[in-house]
Amino acid sequence: MSMLNYIIRRLLFMILVLVGVSLLVFSVMMMIPPGMRVAAYVTHEKVTSEDIESMIEVYGLRDPAPVQYFRWLKRIFTGDFGFSVTAEAPVLEGFKSYFPTTLELVLYATPLVILVGVWFGTKGAIHKDKPIDHGIRIFAIVGYSLPTFWLGLLLLMFFYGYLGIFPPGTLSNAGKDVIFSDAWHRITGLLTVDAILNWRWDIFWDALYHLILPTINLVLLSSALIMRLMRSSMLEALGQDYVRTALAKGADRRTVHLKHARRNGLLPVITISGIMFAGLMAGMVITETIFTRKGIGWWMARAALQLDVSAIMFNVLFLGTIFVGVNLIVDLIYAAIDPRIRLS
Amino acid sequence: MHSTDSPVDGSTIGQSASEAQGETKHPGLREFLFSMKRLLKNPLTIIGLVIILFFVFLAIFAPVLAPPPQPHDPYLMPHDGWKIQPSPPSAESPLGTLPSQYDILYGVIWGTRNAFRIGLFVVAANLAVGIILGSLAGYFGGIADEIIMRITDIFYAIPMLVMAMALVVAFGRGLQSIIIVLIILGWPTYTRVIRSEILIVRDMDYIHASRASGSSHLRILAKHILPNSIFSVIIVASMNLGTTVLTAAALSFLGLGADTGYADWGQMVSTCRNWIVGPADNRLAYWYVVFIPGFVIALFVLGWNLLGDAIRDVFDPKLRRR
Repeated sequence: MSMLNYIIRRLLFMILVLVGVSLLVFSVMMMIPPGMRVAAYVTHEKVTSEDIESMIEVYGLRDPAPVQYFRWLKRIFTGDFGFSVTAEAPVLEGFKSYFPTTLELVLYATPLVILVGVWFGTKGAIHKDKPIDHGIRIFAIVGYSLPTFWLGLLLLMFFYGYLGIFPPGTLSNAGKDVIFSDAWHRITGLLTVDAILNWRWDIFWDALYHLILPTINLVLLSSALIMRLMRSSMLEALGQDYVRTALAKGADRRTVHLKHARRNGLLPVITISGIMFAGLMAGMVITETIFTRKGIGWWMARAALQLDVSAIMFNVLFLGTIFVGVNLIVDLIYAAIDPRIRLS
Repeated sequence: MHSTDSPVDGSTIGQSASEAQGETKHPGLREFLFSMKRLLKNPLTIIGLVIILFFVFLAIFAPVLAPPPQPHDPYLMPHDGWKIQPSPPSAESPLGTLPSQYDILYGVIWGTRNAFRIGLFVVAANLAVGIILGSLAGYFGGIADEIIMRITDIFYAIPMLVMAMALVVAFGRGLQSIIIVLIILGWPTYTRVIRSEILIVRDMDYIHASRASGSSHLRILAKHILPNSIFSVIIVASMNLGTTVLTAAALSFLGLGADTGYADWGQMVSTCRNWIVGPADNRLAYWYVVFIPGFVIALFVLGWNLLGDAIRDVFDPKLRRR
């Protein structure tokens, strides 16, 4: 029963945080003068300054903040996030067209990041203070320090510029012709998935080919964090009495390391993996800008430069919700596998 | 103050400890020397230290190493003409130039000062806010704790870079906005660390003893609690100095920071995005434009991370005497 209790407590807490996030986003929005915020309501190009003035009146952009806040909330719940200048469409429509590109990269990168991080982290801990451990530690701390944008540019310079492989973008020109033609059915928006559903393997390989470099970029940088965490939590697990006992009674060393110690060492990694998924999504602002992949990160970066307030606020709210949601899921998984959490 | 003549006062304890110093070393000093020995035994720490000292040197001697042509605004990079195409390293500009002929070496040197300015200012402000709010929350608990910690929860719920972008847009582009935004967003980490450290020592006997002998809350916080709790937050600060500069650089890279021509590392990388592919006969012709400014950022962050990592290993009681 305590598990149910725990879930309810966590859900209530999540709602509280989300209200806080919406307040924060709203206060940021209120710092922007009404003349700029009105852009969220402009849906056609020719607007005179009188139009803007009357729109500010109509939409009550000079009303007291609490009034505007509740009006804004009401609009959000009806799915109306305003008009995005950069997407040249209502925000939700823009989101629908950009999001799959982001999701696709994150879905490919996250498992790889975690696998690489856990594998090397375990190796480092088992061979503590051996050359391989030093190598892994150095790799991890260097990876942790490198600017995403710099590594991305270097990868592009070498692979695309020098070797002429792995171009930026999401598809080759030939591939784009296919997906913009009538024969193509957009089902999920994820190119590799849609390619299989459309039975177009050429598009599948084409999309995968364009995914390689950004994925490498993310794995090189983000696995560093998991590696460090895995190494230290694995070290802690290896120092426990049950490991010593198991080894002392002659259990197979490999089994003890990988079955007994690693299972416990993985616990903190689960927490960080959820954050990693959400963090990768936020980090897309940089990755997608460098590799010109038109996802929500790319959209957000353009929106910031063109003062597209409605797109920015939507994305902050969206990513905040993802963060909170992922954290909730992680906490629940954690509670399910570690009874100490939910009982305390 | 009446507590000065009370028997359990801090000053008498300090006195007896300094008497003991005559025969053996002061325990504080002994621990400090032990820490230093441990620190300097690790080659990675030495590398980190050398990197940081190198950057400190660059920042301090910037006016000598790269005399600014316009002394009233040294952060403006000088440029010889407006030719768009970057020039390779030469006698005139040893590291080459950016597009529009901005001297890279000059940018790197004055960019160091700029990085320290951003990093130190932001981290110091974060520390101050974090210590005050963390102490309030941890020491007094109750409603103050509840409110402060729920606010940090909200800040933690939003990805830093994205929120920073939104705020910079609201404040208006520029380096100053970036600094303000990083101050607004950075304090929750420190608040959490300080609070959890204080929670550990808050109910220890010596605190109760001090309280019973009439010390004020402020005195207990300043003399007994913070000195015990401050170390972990200093470690966080040293690691964050690097990441703060990294975030600022990322924002500049996205075009939300300084204008072109300003000696800011992130801005320097952002100008080179169109030059990753050279002409057909030499694809890597503009490598220096892409490589150097980003390399400097990476080195700076690496230095602080190495240092923070080492300090953490040495001062973490769990790892200390292993």
